[in-house]
Amino acid sequence: MEIRIALAGNPNCGKTTLFNALTGSDRFVGNWPGVTVEKKECRLKGHKDVIITDLPGIYSLSPYTLEEVITRNYLTEECPDAILNIVDGTNLERNLYLTTQLTELGIPVVVAVNMTDVVRKRGDEINTGLLSEKLGCEVVEISALKGMGINEASAAAIKAAVNKTPSIPRHRFCGCVEHAVARIEDAVSHNVPEERRRWYAVKIFERDDKVLEMLNIPADIKERIENYTAEAEKEKDDDSESIVTNERYIYIASIIKDCYKKKNKGKLTVSDKIDRIVTNRILALPVFAAVMFVVYYVSITTVGTWATDWANDGVFGEGWSLFGLYIPGVPVIAENILTAVNCADWLQSLIIDGIIGGVGAVLGFVPQMLVLFIFLAFLEACGYMARIAFVTDRIFRKFGLSGKSFIPMLIGTGCGVPGIMASRTIENERDRRMTIMTTTFIPCGAKLPIIAFIAGALFDNAGWVAVSAYFIGAAAIIVSGIMLKKTRMFAGDPAPFVMELPDYRMPTAGNILRSVWERGLSFIKKAGTVILLSTIVLWFLMGFGVENGSFGMVEEIDNSVLAKIGSGIAWIFAPLGWGDWKAAVAAVTGLIAKENIVATYGSLYHFAGEISENGNEIWGGFAAEFSALAGYSFLIFNLLCAPCFAAVGAIKREMNNPVYTAFAVTYQCVFAYAVSLAVYQFGLLFTGGVNVMGLIFAVAVTAFMIYMLVRPYKESDRFTRNVKVKT
Amino acid sequence: MSTLKEAKVGQTVTVARLHGGGAVKRRMMDMGITKGAEVYIRKVAPLGDPIEITVRGYELSLRKADAEIIETA
Repeated sequence: MEIRIALAGNPNCGKTTLFNALTGSDRFVGNWPGVTVEKKECRLKGHKDVIITDLPGIYSLSPYTLEEVITRNYLTEECPDAILNIVDGTNLERNLYLTTQLTELGIPVVVAVNMTDVVRKRGDEINTGLLSEKLGCEVVEISALKGMGINEASAAAIKAAVNKTPSIPRHRFCGCVEHAVARIEDAVSHNVPEERRRWYAVKIFERDDKVLEMLNIPADIKERIENYTAEAEKEKDDDSESIVTNERYIYIASIIKDCYKKKNKGKLTVSDKIDRIVTNRILALPVFAAVMFVVYYVSITTVGTWATDWANDGVFGEGWSLFGLYIPGVPVIAENILTAVNCADWLQSLIIDGIIGGVGAVLGFVPQMLVLFIFLAFLEACGYMARIAFVTDRIFRKFGLSGKSFIPMLIGTGCGVPGIMASRTIENERDRRMTIMTTTFIPCGAKLPIIAFIAGALFDNAGWVAVSAYFIGAAAIIVSGIMLKKTRMFAGDPAPFVMELPDYRMPTAGNILRSVWERGLSFIKKAGTVILLSTIVLWFLMGFGVENGSFGMVEEIDNSVLAKIGSGIAWIFAPLGWGDWKAAVAAVTGLIAKENIVATYGSLYHFAGEISENGNEIWGGFAAEFSALAGYSFLIFNLLCAPCFAAVGAIKREMNNPVYTAFAVTYQCVFAYAVSLAVYQFGLLFTGGVNVMGLIFAVAVTAFMIYMLVRPYKESDRFTRNVKVKT
Repeated sequence: MSTLKEAKVGQTVTVARLHGGGAVKRRMMDMGITKGAEVYIRKVAPLGDPIEITVRGYELSLRKADAEIIETA
C-alpha cells in the first residue's frame, strides 16, 4: 500500500532541505521565503512505498494567496495520509500558527521542530513533550541540514499514517466562538466528511468565500449560520476572521511560555550584526551597488571573458595549451577524424559547419554562465535577497513594481524561466503581472553570448557594451513599469507588502554546486537538444536551394532556401538598420532559444567558408555586414523582444490568462521594435545619414513614449477596493 | 488615533486594532500582528520606506502604507 506524506510549513523553514535529505534528491535550497513555488513529489529513501510531497511554504490556510489555496486544496482534496509539519525552532511562535490550522484538517499531523541545532547553540530549550500535549500531535526535534533526527521524523509520520489517527486540535477558541462553531458543525454535518467537520465549520465561521462556494449551502441554513457568526462578532466587536486569527495566536502565546525556554534575551546575533551594516540607513544602497557591481563585473568581464575566450577560441576554435601541452580544438580534431575516414563532403559540412559551428558557438559561453550561476546561488542561499527587496522597495514602487520584483529580475539574469516563476511571491496582482512581463528585459544567461558576440565583432570587446545591455534592460523595466501602471489592465486588488527577513546563513558548498550544476546542466541540455536540432534544420535550409534552375546543394548561400525565407521577412527589420536576411533569420531563431542567434551566425559563416587565422571567423564575417550602429540596434532588439519559447511558456503558466500572455509577448516585441527603431534612426541622424521616413517614425514613437511617461496619473487609494462589508 | 506608521525607530508599541479588511488585514494578522502583540520598530529602509519590525520574535518588513492600518495603543 502506498503512503503519501505531505511536507507543510512556513516559507523558508527548511522544507526543501528536509525533502532532499529524506528522498536523496537534489533540489536547490535558497534562503528567501518562496523558493519552492510548485509542489514536488519523490519517494522516501529506503521506502519504495512512501511518497513525500514538498509543498510551497505558507503562513496560513487563508483563501487569499495562490500558494495557500494550492496547498489547502491539495490537503483537503487529495488527502495525504499524513502531514509532516516542519516548524522553524528559532521562530516557533509564528510557525505554530499554521500548525493550529493543520491539526484541524482531520489528517494525522507530525510536527518536526527544525533547526534544533541552532536553538541549542543559543542555549535555548524546547519542551517537546509538553508541546506535543498542547498541540494534539506528535512532536520530534530535527536538524534537516545536519541530518539529525530526520529518520525518526519520517518514521513518526509513517506510523501516524498507518494508524490513521487524525490529530485532535487541543486549542479552543473563546466561549462565544466555540458556541457558534459547534452550531455551524451541526448545521452542515451532512455536507462535509466527519473528520473535517471542524475545519469546515471554522472556515464557514470565517466566511471563507472559497469554502462557501464549494459547499453550496442552502439559503435558509446559510442565513442561520450567518446569525451565529454575527452573534459572536457582536460580542467580540471584531470580524469573525480576525477573531479566529487572534484566538489562535492567543493560544500559542499561552503555551509557548512553558514550552520554549530562552536563555539570552536581547543579545545581538551574528545576523543582527551583519544587518547593522547591510541594511544600514546610509550604507545599504552603496553596499547593494557594490554587490551588484562585483557580481556582474567578475562574471562578465574578468573571469567570464577569460573563460569564454578559452572555450570559444581554444576548445571550439583552433586549439589551446595545457601546461605547455598543445590540445587542438574540437573542430580541428573532428575535421582530422572525418578526413581520415573519408567522410562524404556534405556530411563533413553538416558536422563541422552545422553542428559544431552552431552548438559550439553556444557551448563556448558555458564557463561564463557558470561563474554567474555561482554568484546567484550564493546570493540566494545567504539571505541577502530579502534585504535587497527591503532596500529597493521604495525605488521599485515608483515604477509600479515592488521590492520583491528585484528577486525575479536578479534570478532572471541567470535564466528567465525561474525568474518568472519567482514572481509568485509577490502578493499584489498588479505588481506580479508587471514583474512577469518585464523580468525578461534583463539580459539572461542565454543573452550573454549575443552581447559578447556583438561586443567582440563590432566594438573591440569594449566593456561598456555589456554594461549598457544591463542598463537598457533596467531602463526598459522602468519605462514599461511607468507606462503600464497607467493602463487600466493593471489595476489589481491591493495586497500588503509584508516580507520576512530571514537570518543570514552561510551557504553550504554542496548547495551552491547543486544549483550551479542544475542550471548549467539545463543550459547544456538545451544546447544538445533544441539548439542542435535547430542548427541541423538551419544547415539543410542554408545548404539547399534552387541554383542554375534546379534544386540541390547550393554553391552560393544567397541562393539557399533559408536566404529566400529570410529575404521574405527581412523588410520588417530594415527600418532598424538590419534588413539583411541573415539577421532576420537569426532574430527569428532567437525565439526558439536566445543562444540560437549566435549559433545561427556560427553555422552561417562556417558554411560560407570564411575561416580566418585567429579563430574568430564569425566576428569578421559579422563586422563586414554590419555597421556599429546597426549591430547595436540588432543587439537591443534581441535583448528586449519576446523571450525564448521556454520563457514564454513560463509567462503563460504564471499569468494563467491567455489575454495577458498575448499582451505580454506582443508588448515586448513592439517595445523592442520601437526602441531599436529610435536608437537606429536617431543614431543615423548623428552620424550623418538621415532617413526621413524612418526619422519621422522614430520621432513619433519617442513622442508617444514620453507622453505615456509624463501623463498625469493618480495612484488609486489602496483600501477602497475589496473591503469586506460588515453585515 | 496613533498608528504603527507614526511610531519611531527604537520604540516598542502594542497593537490595539487592525483597520480595513479582507486580504490585507488577514495577511497582517497571519504574520502575527494581532491585537495585543508587541511590535518593536527596528529600522527604516534607506529611502524612508518600508520599515523593519520585530514581532513575535522574528523580523518582518512592511510598508508604511500598510502600517497605517495598524492602530497602536
